[in-house]
Amino acid sequence: MSLKTVLLAGSALLALGISPAYAQSEVKIGFITTLTGGNANIGQDMRDAVELALDHMGRKMAGKPVKVIYEDDDQKPEVGKQKAEKLVQSDKVDFVSGFIWSNVLLASAKPVTDAKVFLVNANAGATQFVGAQCNPYFFSTSWGNDQMPAAMGELMNQKGVARAYAITGNYAAGRDMVKGWQDAFKGQVVGTDLTKWPDQLDFSAEISKIRNSNAQGVFFFFPGAHGIQFITQYTQAGLKDKIPLYSVFAIDQLSMPLLKDNAVGVIQTGPWTADLPYAANQKFVTDFKKKFNKVPTFYAAQTYDAINLIASGVAGAKGDLKDKEAIRAAMKKANIQSVRGPFKLGPNQVPVLDIYQQVVEKAADGDYQQLTVSTVLKDSVSSAASACKMQ
Amino acid sequence: MILFIEQILNGVQIGLLLFLLAAGLTLVFGIMDLVNLAHGSLYMMGAYFAAVLTKLTGSFFLGALLALPAALLLGIVVEVVALRSLYSRDHLDQVLATFGLILFFNEAAQLVFGVAGMTIPLPEALQGQIQIMPGLPYPTYRFVVVAVGLACALSLYWLVVRTRVGMLIRAGASNREMAGALGVNIARLYTLVFGLGAALAALAGLMAAPITTVRVGMGENILILAFVVIVIGGIGSVRGAFVAAFLVGLLDTVGRAFLPDILTLFINPIQAASLAQGLSSMLIYILMALVLVVRPAGLFPAPGR
Amino acid sequence: MAIKPTPTVAVATIVLAGFALLPVYAVLAGDSFVLSLGTRILVMALAAASLNLILGYGGMVSFGHAAYLGVGGYVVGIMAYHGVTSAWVQWPVAILLSAAVALFIGALSLRTRGLYFIMITLAFAQMIYYVGVGLYDYGGDDGLTLNARSDFGGFPSLDDRPQFYYLCFILLVAALYLMKRLVGSRFGQVIRGAKSNDPRMHAIGFPTMRYRLTAFVIAGAVCGLAGVLLANQADFVSPATMHWTRSGDLIVMVVLGGMGSLMGPVYGALTVLALEESLSSLTHYWKIIFGPFLVLVVLFGKGGIAGLIARWERRK
Repeated sequence: MSLKTVLLAGSALLALGISPAYAQSEVKIGFITTLTGGNANIGQDMRDAVELALDHMGRKMAGKPVKVIYEDDDQKPEVGKQKAEKLVQSDKVDFVSGFIWSNVLLASAKPVTDAKVFLVNANAGATQFVGAQCNPYFFSTSWGNDQMPAAMGELMNQKGVARAYAITGNYAAGRDMVKGWQDAFKGQVVGTDLTKWPDQLDFSAEISKIRNSNAQGVFFFFPGAHGIQFITQYTQAGLKDKIPLYSVFAIDQLSMPLLKDNAVGVIQTGPWTADLPYAANQKFVTDFKKKFNKVPTFYAAQTYDAINLIASGVAGAKGDLKDKEAIRAAMKKANIQSVRGPFKLGPNQVPVLDIYQQVVEKAADGDYQQLTVSTVLKDSVSSAASACKMQ
Repeated sequence: MILFIEQILNGVQIGLLLFLLAAGLTLVFGIMDLVNLAHGSLYMMGAYFAAVLTKLTGSFFLGALLALPAALLLGIVVEVVALRSLYSRDHLDQVLATFGLILFFNEAAQLVFGVAGMTIPLPEALQGQIQIMPGLPYPTYRFVVVAVGLACALSLYWLVVRTRVGMLIRAGASNREMAGALGVNIARLYTLVFGLGAALAALAGLMAAPITTVRVGMGENILILAFVVIVIGGIGSVRGAFVAAFLVGLLDTVGRAFLPDILTLFINPIQAASLAQGLSSMLIYILMALVLVVRPAGLFPAPGR
Repeated sequence: MAIKPTPTVAVATIVLAGFALLPVYAVLAGDSFVLSLGTRILVMALAAASLNLILGYGGMVSFGHAAYLGVGGYVVGIMAYHGVTSAWVQWPVAILLSAAVALFIGALSLRTRGLYFIMITLAFAQMIYYVGVGLYDYGGDDGLTLNARSDFGGFPSLDDRPQFYYLCFILLVAALYLMKRLVGSRFGQVIRGAKSNDPRMHAIGFPTMRYRLTAFVIAGAVCGLAGVLLANQADFVSPATMHWTRSGDLIVMVVLGGMGSLMGPVYGALTVLALEESLSSLTHYWKIIFGPFLVLVVLFGKGGIAGLIARWERRK
């Protein structure tokens, strides 16, 4: 009985969900990110940034109301791909944005760009789309996976690290990152570990190897919960003060409250922190704190830029969402007030950006904050970009 | 050589953590003939309870101590509400229903405890390292894990073999009707055993929490490992689970520790690391398949099954 | 063979007719997504039907059936990667390889019983999963994107959504017909007999092991075909296709639809995917509804949807 009722309700809902789209009175954006599971807090931060960006533009683009459909990718490539298909084919969105994970982006991009819908990637750094598979319908407000590690390699050269160990998760971004770092790092690589991703939680075997190598520094990339676990275990093993950690993406506003003192002393290269001195950034950070009572992450910052980039495209086409050429031309100009200061896109439609050295400090009130120390690379471009044939 | 000893220690430590999780699972299966996939969810809930209670009381010991009865209670509620009527069903129904419970607990944990995840900071005394031998410091907390695992194994042995409760448990396992006819309240006994299993899962969860952080879905992958352990050991046998947990822990660690170096001799480091990671994950399952092919009921088949 | 218009037949006819007419609706409504979803349902129904043969009729609870989805998919993916896109090459290789894998797994696993069988099939599936993860050149953990779908040399074209849909539909109906014939035959009777009492069947003189192994291999081969279709539908194959939770999904479909009933897997796949799609558009926390729903189905929905229909039939 209950079974039958649920079934009927289910099919009725299904019928509702697939009804045809209405005329173009609004701007529709599909936003794919991770909203459930262990890394849902990243997705939530991105969603908050979308909402703030919309608030700042009066929830309208070129006079048209904006509708955002949030979809959860469950951190799984095939789920992301299904959601992308649904957004494009069923909801008939004009833009698809979001994407935390490279592997989700890799699986999801084709149905979007094939349908000539603009994909504005807010975080994933799959180098394929930065380079050889660059696409007129693919824009990004992030970077290529090799860029932050390349900056880190450079920074470690500057700091005189002669022997280093590299460790990361065994997936596309992880391998991209280690490769990017290896190409820039001039010292000797005494060991490389790729851990089971995303299942592995205990790093004791790898940490023992690091202790017994004669490394002077450890380069690592673990985003989200894994980064916290690695740093915690590394600290418990008593290694943090002996062999310094050099990270990309592990330290952010989500991990600092959990890591606490363990975060202090970890050196990182990254694209953004809350203290960047640009007016747009200060407004973003202040209002984000006011609205959500928390400091935004770089995921949020890049998302904020992505929504603004979409708005600039819609404005450039004067609200005519059918005029793809005008939208693209306007977005390529990247005429937005970015939280990262002067903002420009390369021919591959991916930002040309500055990369900073970042550290963590414990403030007087007991909170932890991430500070920018110096600029490591100016106008950085992914090494994959040269493979892009687009002008 | 020092590295080798250290890696063996790592393996022992992971093995004991697995044993904590597997003990509850094998107990529940051995006595009640219930396949409980939601055991991993109880592991997760135990870790969350400990994290919240540690925060409230300001002490890890107190938090951990309070989390155990909380998990016991949760186990009893789950048993009474959902699982009680599953004992007479076949294993397939049990797999399915408890699979449903996993989905429920994952989302519920996210709604109740938030998406940010939690950590359990260790007290000062457990943060350091102990010098085992020159050139080999080892994290104090990992020793605590080893100690708790061993203590737990001993007290389980004592409980099952030496106490009245244990006698009832063994009686209930070998002949349900007979024990019932002799005046044992089987329903209450089962509820108690399930609660005990839940508390064991929670203990595993809260012991792992300071190492791995507390988050949604943390019990899913380790659950499969726990199943591998109890199947290799012989389902229902605590002794078997103990031996198998060691085997699995050692095999996993040694594979991760030494395979990449061996493979690097043949192919480039990144490829070697990637391949080694795949191979070492497979080792455990190869071991399980081999054991089952040679001994279809595990290493220590429980009697009467 | 006269077919009585019982509810069981009526519902089966309505559901199959609904599937047959779906593309018409899709074209009229201008909604191509419903075809993508429909294709996915048909493919999963095919996979679930293959599991139903051994689980529903034969009582073999394989917790690693998703492995064949991956084997079939990877054959397509890897061959396409090397430029071999002809379906006439890809598909037989995929089916044969799936059958061979099933033969290997079955020969070793069928010696065990009960939970041990559940776990050893899981173990083998996990091994294959990690082989997929270790395929570094083919994307490893991230999976492999298909640049071209299988090519039949013009017709049917898998790039054409309705054609692809109908191909899946025809294959599903053919597989169901095959199952019906198989289950009704002497072979099927031995399989079902071995489910309820293996020693007796053995004592009567049937080499039940050989029969059960044959069923296991057929199920693997059919599921491999489903994997081929799934990879083509998604333009993508990854180890996640073989994750143990996917094997769990398949079991859910079979049990929910009704074990040991011909149409059960179809109902199961339809319900699970439709619920997933509709609930997840209601809330991102849809699993908090779906989880207890499963528990309720197990506790009160004996025989699944097909059982529900059969009971309704008896009451009339």
